[in-house]
Amino acid sequence: MFILKLVLKNALRHKLRTFLTILGISIAVMSFGFLRTIVTAWSAGVESSAANRMIVRHAVSFIFPLPYAYREQLSRIPGITMVSYANWFGGVYKDPADFKNFFPRLAVDPETYFEIYPEFTLPPDQLATFKQERGSCVVGAKIAQELGFKIGDAIPIDGDIYPGRWDFVVRGIYKGKDASTDETQMLFHWNYLNERIKELQPSREGNVGWYILRVQNPGDMPVIARTVDQSYLNSRAGTKTETEKEFQQSFVSMSSAIIRSLEVVSFIIIGIILLVLANTIVMAARERTTEYAVLKTIGFSSWHIVGLISGESLLIAGIGGLVGLATTFPVAAGFATMFPTFFPVFNVETVTIIMAALVATVAGVIAALFPTIRALRMSIADGLRAIG
Amino acid sequence: MKIPFAYIWRSLWARRLTTALTLGGIALVAFVFAAVLMLSRGVEETLIATGSNDNAIVLRKSANSELVSQIDRDGANILKTFPEIATLPNGKPFASTEVYVIINLSKKGSNDMGNVSVRGISPEALQLRPQVQLLDGRWFTFGTQEIIIGKNIAQQFQKCELGQDIRFGDASWKIVGYFDGQGTAFDSEIWGDVEQMGAAFGRPVFSSATFRLTSPEAFEAAKLRIQQDPRLAYMELKRERDYYEEQSKLMSGFIRILGLVVTVIFSIGAMIGAMITMYAAVANRTVEIGTMRALGFKRRSVLGAFLIESILLSLAGGAIGIALASLMSFIRISTTNFGTFSELAFGFTLAPSVIISTLLFALLMGIVGGFLPAVRASRLNILNALRSA
Repeated sequence: MFILKLVLKNALRHKLRTFLTILGISIAVMSFGFLRTIVTAWSAGVESSAANRMIVRHAVSFIFPLPYAYREQLSRIPGITMVSYANWFGGVYKDPADFKNFFPRLAVDPETYFEIYPEFTLPPDQLATFKQERGSCVVGAKIAQELGFKIGDAIPIDGDIYPGRWDFVVRGIYKGKDASTDETQMLFHWNYLNERIKELQPSREGNVGWYILRVQNPGDMPVIARTVDQSYLNSRAGTKTETEKEFQQSFVSMSSAIIRSLEVVSFIIIGIILLVLANTIVMAARERTTEYAVLKTIGFSSWHIVGLISGESLLIAGIGGLVGLATTFPVAAGFATMFPTFFPVFNVETVTIIMAALVATVAGVIAALFPTIRALRMSIADGLRAIG
Repeated sequence: MKIPFAYIWRSLWARRLTTALTLGGIALVAFVFAAVLMLSRGVEETLIATGSNDNAIVLRKSANSELVSQIDRDGANILKTFPEIATLPNGKPFASTEVYVIINLSKKGSNDMGNVSVRGISPEALQLRPQVQLLDGRWFTFGTQEIIIGKNIAQQFQKCELGQDIRFGDASWKIVGYFDGQGTAFDSEIWGDVEQMGAAFGRPVFSSATFRLTSPEAFEAAKLRIQQDPRLAYMELKRERDYYEEQSKLMSGFIRILGLVVTVIFSIGAMIGAMITMYAAVANRTVEIGTMRALGFKRRSVLGAFLIESILLSLAGGAIGIALASLMSFIRISTTNFGTFSELAFGFTLAPSVIISTLLFALLMGIVGGFLPAVRASRLNILNALRSA
């Protein structure tokens, strides 16, 4: 109890210095948490992928389409309970230089898409209108809010992959089932796309970007993947069938160099936390050399000295860590509103919180190490002689 | 009267450990700051160097990259009759109509897939892009299913040895050579015959057309000619250099914004570190400061001495940071460029502007971190300061 009181008093001796140190640590912990959040947001799609879905795409790369005829054939393969499909539409909405205006636009099968993706929840009446109306679309709640789309609005898109100007009428706004669902997509009828492209470029009729399969038993996935890929091995459009998780992972790993550098940077932050904290503790311990000698003289054991120094270090690191963690949330939320479509899902994960707390604690221990060793090794006579 | 420089130097030396810790903090921040600037510059330079000012590229309007662009054969033939296009010695227009697609290949050392650009070229393309040199093997023969591979792709991806066959599209392609694009984006591409590629990928149309202008000034005239021809109205002409510069914007912008936001937050941490050090320096030297003031040194001299001490610290930290960052220029990164959705290799480019920005940034940290403590030092009352021991 006595030690605790002394630690607290010590920490308050240089109020300004302690305050600055806590401030420095909390800023560093906050940026650590923020960077880790970016890293986890990058792979959010992998985490939220469903265990019972598979993706079939062209074997050469995702820019090549598959024939619509595969739909029938796929649905006959045993173990597959539902087949849906989609095309990447691309296009440009308003000023492309503004990150906000970029959101995924997909041509989908209105009959099956919301069934195979149950995490996209759409009120039944909106779904019914969407299914009936050719040129209609459904948008995610996040972009609806950011870009001010309301039901009945027309969204004009300049086509690039599919040339021409396209107008879609918003007939529904979908919400995610939980925080990890992507609410930034715009979905419209694949039939509408197919009919218009048939007039413009007849050779591109009946093209599907990728198929989404729902399978009965996740254990059958490797077999199904082999069956599908084998049956199209010698056709003009070979396929590559993967679990949804693998499919998402392949997109994440394209940016692996960037993710790795973010990770490196986040570890450099730990170095900065350590330097700021160690500086303060080293200074404090040096100033108190005489006091430690006095404490030893009147009979306190070395362990008391260890407790004093590391206690102060941990106290400062702990408070700094807590403040830093607390500010991570508003900063992440602020970033998410500033760049709503940059990362479809941007949440501070529990892992991030644990890691940040761990970092602060470890920094607290390491920072105290050097001055503690010095204080323990010092003979009482030398300590008493020292001048701060 | 100024306080001698030796005094400042010795005060830093007297508390070596603290000085080193502060220096370390500033150096780390300067390192990250410089590395971010170097990386975003590396992306820009790679892509800008890819395009030439003498060349112009035709794409479909509102297509931001060749990947989503289409130009029909009739249109391409009309383009080739333009008087603004230079003529080759053999009388042919100095133009290359190209097909651009991406394919998946597995990276070496992991099973990660990368998106590799494949470009089908016309024979004129080799003269249009003189920076592309053969590194090993031979050029591919037009009319056959042979390909040559950029040196970055050869290094990064599996199954890219000379003589090997790769299957993509509807055919099997023999690798007959490697080429060096001299640090441009072409290093990350695979080249073959445009007609063979078009047939194999089932693409009757071209992605883009690139041609040599008779002179850089002919650009405006050619642009106007395209706008006025209803058959070409869907096309857009860009200078090749501008086109590639646009391809770098998304990526370099992303690196810069994210990197700078992070380093600015970092720098607050380092500034606080410097501030703690300087406050402690002031507190420890109260008697000294009192003595100096009693000897007749002015407040402003004391202020200056402490500021210089902090600036010295920060500049030294900045220099260490730059030295560390310059080691990064040996590293090349290969990743997906968001702008083109395909693999691009680029390095950390150290430019004079990066060094200057980093030193200025470090200087700012030193001034901001040292100013308040220096003010406190200069405000000390002589009598109280002398008594404080």
